[in-house]
Amino acid sequence: MSRIWKAFWILALVLPLSVFLVWGIWHNAKLFFITLLNGLTLASLYFIVASGFTLVFGLMRNVNLAHGSLYLLGGYVGYFVGAKTGYFVLALAAGFVAAAFVGLLMQVAIFRFMQGQDLRQTMVTIGLSIVIADLLLWAIGAQVHQLSAPDGLAGPLRDIPLITAYSKYRMALLPVGIAIGVLLWLFLNRTRVGMMIRAGVDDRAMLAATGINVNLVFAATFAIGAGLAGLGGVIGAVELSMVPGEDVRLLLASLIVVIVGGMGSVVGAAVGATILGVAETYGLAYAPTYSVVFTFVILVLVLAFRPRGILGQAA
Amino acid sequence: MKSSKRVFLRTLAGAAVFAAFSGAAFAQQTVKIGLLATLEGPFAAGGADGMRGAELAIKQRNGMAGGKKIVLVKASSDAKPDVAVNATRKLVEQDKVDIMVGPLSGGEGIAVKEYSKTQPNITFINGSSGAQATTLVNPSPNFFRFNTEGAQWMVGLGKAALDKGYKRVMLIAEDYAFPYSQVQGFMSEYCRLGGKVPVKAWVPLGGKDYASVIARIPKDVDALLVVLGGADAVNFLNQYEAAGGDKPIVGGSITVSQDILNYKGKRRDSLVGTIAGAPIADAYDHPDFKAFVSAYQKEYPVSSGAYPSPSLFALVYYINMKAALDGLDAVKGDLSGGQAKYRQALSKMTLKTPVGDVRLDANRQAIGTTFITEVVKDAQGNLFNRVLRKVDGIDQMLGMPKEQFKMGSRDEPSCP
Amino acid sequence: MSAVQWRNAMNAGAGRAALGKGLPGRGPGVSSRAKGAGDEIVERQTPSMWAAVRARHVVVLAFLLAFPFFATPFLTYQIGAQSLALGLIALSLTFLGGYGGMISLAQMTVAGVAGYMLAIFGASGEATLSLGWSWWIAVPIAIAISMLAGTFVGWLSVRTEGIYTIMITLAVGVAFYYLCLQNYSVFNGFQGFQRVYAPTLLGVNFRNPVPFYFLALACALGGYLLIQYVLRAPFGVALQGIRDNPRRMNALGFHVTAHRIAAYALAAFLAAVGGILLVWYNGLITPNSVGTSWLINVLIIAVLGGMKHPIGAFVGAVIFVLLQTFAIDLIDRERFNLVVGGVFLAIVLFSPDGLLGLWARLRERISTTRPQAALHPRRSKP
Repeated sequence: MSRIWKAFWILALVLPLSVFLVWGIWHNAKLFFITLLNGLTLASLYFIVASGFTLVFGLMRNVNLAHGSLYLLGGYVGYFVGAKTGYFVLALAAGFVAAAFVGLLMQVAIFRFMQGQDLRQTMVTIGLSIVIADLLLWAIGAQVHQLSAPDGLAGPLRDIPLITAYSKYRMALLPVGIAIGVLLWLFLNRTRVGMMIRAGVDDRAMLAATGINVNLVFAATFAIGAGLAGLGGVIGAVELSMVPGEDVRLLLASLIVVIVGGMGSVVGAAVGATILGVAETYGLAYAPTYSVVFTFVILVLVLAFRPRGILGQAA
Repeated sequence: MKSSKRVFLRTLAGAAVFAAFSGAAFAQQTVKIGLLATLEGPFAAGGADGMRGAELAIKQRNGMAGGKKIVLVKASSDAKPDVAVNATRKLVEQDKVDIMVGPLSGGEGIAVKEYSKTQPNITFINGSSGAQATTLVNPSPNFFRFNTEGAQWMVGLGKAALDKGYKRVMLIAEDYAFPYSQVQGFMSEYCRLGGKVPVKAWVPLGGKDYASVIARIPKDVDALLVVLGGADAVNFLNQYEAAGGDKPIVGGSITVSQDILNYKGKRRDSLVGTIAGAPIADAYDHPDFKAFVSAYQKEYPVSSGAYPSPSLFALVYYINMKAALDGLDAVKGDLSGGQAKYRQALSKMTLKTPVGDVRLDANRQAIGTTFITEVVKDAQGNLFNRVLRKVDGIDQMLGMPKEQFKMGSRDEPSCP
Repeated sequence: MSAVQWRNAMNAGAGRAALGKGLPGRGPGVSSRAKGAGDEIVERQTPSMWAAVRARHVVVLAFLLAFPFFATPFLTYQIGAQSLALGLIALSLTFLGGYGGMISLAQMTVAGVAGYMLAIFGASGEATLSLGWSWWIAVPIAIAISMLAGTFVGWLSVRTEGIYTIMITLAVGVAFYYLCLQNYSVFNGFQGFQRVYAPTLLGVNFRNPVPFYFLALACALGGYLLIQYVLRAPFGVALQGIRDNPRRMNALGFHVTAHRIAAYALAAFLAAVGGILLVWYNGLITPNSVGTSWLINVLIIAVLGGMKHPIGAFVGAVIFVLLQTFAIDLIDRERFNLVVGGVFLAIVLFSPDGLLGLWARLRERISTTRPQAALHPRRSKP
């Protein structure tokens, strides 16, 4: 695209945003900054869940549409463990492990035999998502399950300048999201396994040719990706509560995050999650009936100009 | 070709089976009643309880009414209008029920009402759907609703809110027809008596993040009118507490129901003191109601998956089924002549329910009772709704003259 | 095959037709060694659509025509007409997915757009939102708008590889669902539109079971024949070539993206007709009609029957509707989703070509003489 057009489009994007920024702060600064915080913390949750999705997709070209069900599964398991033991950390761990285990099972028992058949794998995940969601509904029922925040994080943070009070738990989501992002990055870029995964994303055949047990790498990746969904589920169980239907919502969010941010890129997931979280929250705050239109417009714009996502790699 | 023949033969066999299903000649000594509730999706728990209520009504009469045996045929939907119509059509045209009881949710009710117009010889009685439009807009001559609807359920709450000192109230409700009617029921009285509703926050359906709405709560409102149901109400209460909110809450009919009071989390203590309007109150002291509750508890112990006390859905389905059976008694089981006598009897009768008497107006809509309740904690630490006031004889016009009445919508009524 | 033979083949029949229609291509002089797509085109042009008609087709057609006369009105309407309408929508997915290699989960969205536009431009119970135009204006407008929508969805999805299509179309579909759910000024939000009824034409009320069934049958038959024709025409053959190897087709001079988008447009037409039938069948349209469960149900229907055969869409639709209607008599209706999901899973795991594929494989085992390759040259892995 020529430089003039590029400049035009960037201006067309930045100008209305800046106008909105100035107007928002002038109109109701408290609302504006609370919304910003809300958006960033929601983005944290979306990032945690979507990073697992993009990891699986990036390495194994498997669009795991059962990702939402894994979120739900992790959330429920975390809820019951948390309710029984009273320890939030245990709940987090339980949610992660349960989802990772089911993910591992799915990879080893089913997807391993369908290597290369992307479409078929995706359809299997669709079937699995329906089955898992209904099994959970059967076992646990349709009632609302709300996990309580750990005692240290319950209730509001008071005496913050301008916005007065903010939920402690939500505020904690920001550093947690960043921490998980950093950990993931370190894992992918500073460990041997991470190096294998990145190599596999670039060229699966070569990875196998160097003698590495590709199946093991795949299984590990799927387990981690699923575990991240489960972890997100436990976190969401506190903030958004667990109810059948959450799986579809979080799956959708993951899809949009990955499409916008770039398929197969963890940094892209962070970028996409931020954009989606902030856009959704501002839309809800300032124009509730059209918030989905904003999301959709963003999606269309990204697909129109960068079909692979903002940070997506051309495969 | 073999495949085509096999397909053909298989389909013929299937058709024969279905024909047998449909053509079954039942003896004239039974009356078939179809029962539709949502057994899937978000209202699944409510639907299951509704079915319990309806079955209780039948069990209490030993399965007989008007001298005939009652055969119950159940169907399920998932709160989608097209699914509800398909299920109703199957019950009516395939299973050949004589009377239809259902559905559960508002949107389904409107769709089933439209369908009922195509089956003039079958009587349709509501389940628990509570949309105003079902009987106010294009009513159907053979669709009867013996339960009061969303707006009627809130009459009396406006005065109670003012009595508590809530002069300015902010509204937080979902953006669809049922909350519109609930808000109208509340505001028609509240505004008339001098209350003010400065901000109406209509939350889009499917949204779970109330942080933005909470950020918009002005400092000078006395209470929040929260008309959210199920998961959304729980979510909102959670997020509101966590954001440092402390304003009292005025609840809609499905906000402080058994679903929420039973939910498994630690936040429920914040609900004590909440007033709400509903067609049911767990702690209502009248012997009729107590008999109903103990019959429910005896028939459906908690171990079988039922609630400790019947929910709104159980009561309302019970009332509608009881109406169907009482009507059969009144005509001694005579459903001949396109059920004309039966429908006459239904239109004229005064139905005795556990919460009072119910009559029908000209649109076959119930004129009934609403309870204003307050949440209290009992000795065992369980939450329940204490009865503050009981308002009888509420009709669909909410006490207003017909010319002045407008159906609830996002902007109507308004008193900022 | 020698260059001369190839050139002659391209000049005769379909090749000439392709050139005559102005399809992009550099003509037969591209490369004398060019094999691959060209050979298959030549071999497959020989049997015309009508030559492939067998006795079983005639029997099934006769059965369908006679169905309303021996089945109850309930079966005719709820099973027959509903299956045909759903089958038409699933057919659009089969065409795109099985023959175009693009599995689009937004077909029900396109059908929903047609339904909503019909409700908005035509008569419905919402007098303030509907324009109330007669059906013979509203229906073409609805179809045109939804074809535009389908083409737009196609344009969004085709610039990436096939596997992304599912993701993107699902996201678009759900975005449309939320739009319908939350917008009140145009789409009437959660309530949707009630009382959207089929018209009365020449004294025949198409709301009645039998006339409506025949209307649905006519549309379904038309759609099926259209697809069969297109699949054998140069466009359809090129599409299948693009499904198998886009790079090669591009090298041959076919405009891959344009072909794909055109396929989306054609599929959108089918889905639009199916959507109008569906909204007339239900008498209403709500956001739930275009929600995730219906988006996936259409995929399930297509896969159930078999995505490599156009008739599979209708087979899948019949089975789905039968399950949906009679599941409560056989198993708990509450577990309907589990049953459908389980069946879908089983089919994808063990017989990716759906029930028809299963049946064809059984037939192969039983009959030892007839070679299947000639009739179904592309029955390979999914």
